[in-house]
Amino acid sequence: MEIPYTITARPDTGLFNAKLGVWLFLTSEVMLFGALFTTYILLRVGAPTWPHGELDVPLATLNTAVLITSSITMVMAWASLVLKEWKKHKLYLAATILLGVAFLVIKAFEYGHHFAEGELPNKSTFLAIYFTLTGLHGLHVIGGMIVNSYLFFMGGKMWKTQPERFTNRIEVAGLYWHFVDLVWIFLFPVLYLL
Amino acid sequence: MSLKAFHIFFISVSILLALGFAGWMIQEYAHDGKILTLAGALTSVVVGVALAIYGFRFLRKLRHVSYL
Repeated sequence: MEIPYTITARPDTGLFNAKLGVWLFLTSEVMLFGALFTTYILLRVGAPTWPHGELDVPLATLNTAVLITSSITMVMAWASLVLKEWKKHKLYLAATILLGVAFLVIKAFEYGHHFAEGELPNKSTFLAIYFTLTGLHGLHVIGGMIVNSYLFFMGGKMWKTQPERFTNRIEVAGLYWHFVDLVWIFLFPVLYLL
Repeated sequence: MSLKAFHIFFISVSILLALGFAGWMIQEYAHDGKILTLAGALTSVVVGVALAIYGFRFLRKLRHVSYL
């Protein structure tokens, strides 16, 4: 039996199943990160003093550039499939995965510096919320990279048999990746600049 | 919302971040007076403009794709 609406849109929602599913998932993610951002605001306004200049702004700026670029390569991976350009798709998807790796390496370097200085989550409220927010975000990046890697290696076989369905899968993965990058776009100024 | 629409939203937020970061760098420059900080602010403005140009080109490239 064939699963309906994997390629074409459902008449009632106007979306194919996976797109509706990922948006429902992203809604729950908004609530998760929204709760943590609210926690951050409440902790900060309630604190008599709040540390400034303790985080590495140049490294975080570099990481922001890496993630914005990875969103562009991700959308290009999808656009290449829409335009039936398989080789370009592979190139852009590989670039997205590598940029994800670069983000995590830079983040690990930043974490390593904090650990070497004895700046652990139990040392202050600021460090606790910093590690919680960036750690959870890092886990989301790893999740996105696992999905993208699957689509790059094993999942890519679907392009030969069901190209429209594979294009939809890449679009859904791209929506998740954009959400993860958007979270960082908010994390960067909140944690590093303000 | 399609990836196309979400990408345009993402690029718009990124442009705001780039311009906001430029403002933050100019504020820093007022304190430290380092030419490198001013160069960072200018680079951020250039990145913001480049993202806007990219956004328009992206829209033109995928004009036949739905926003839903």
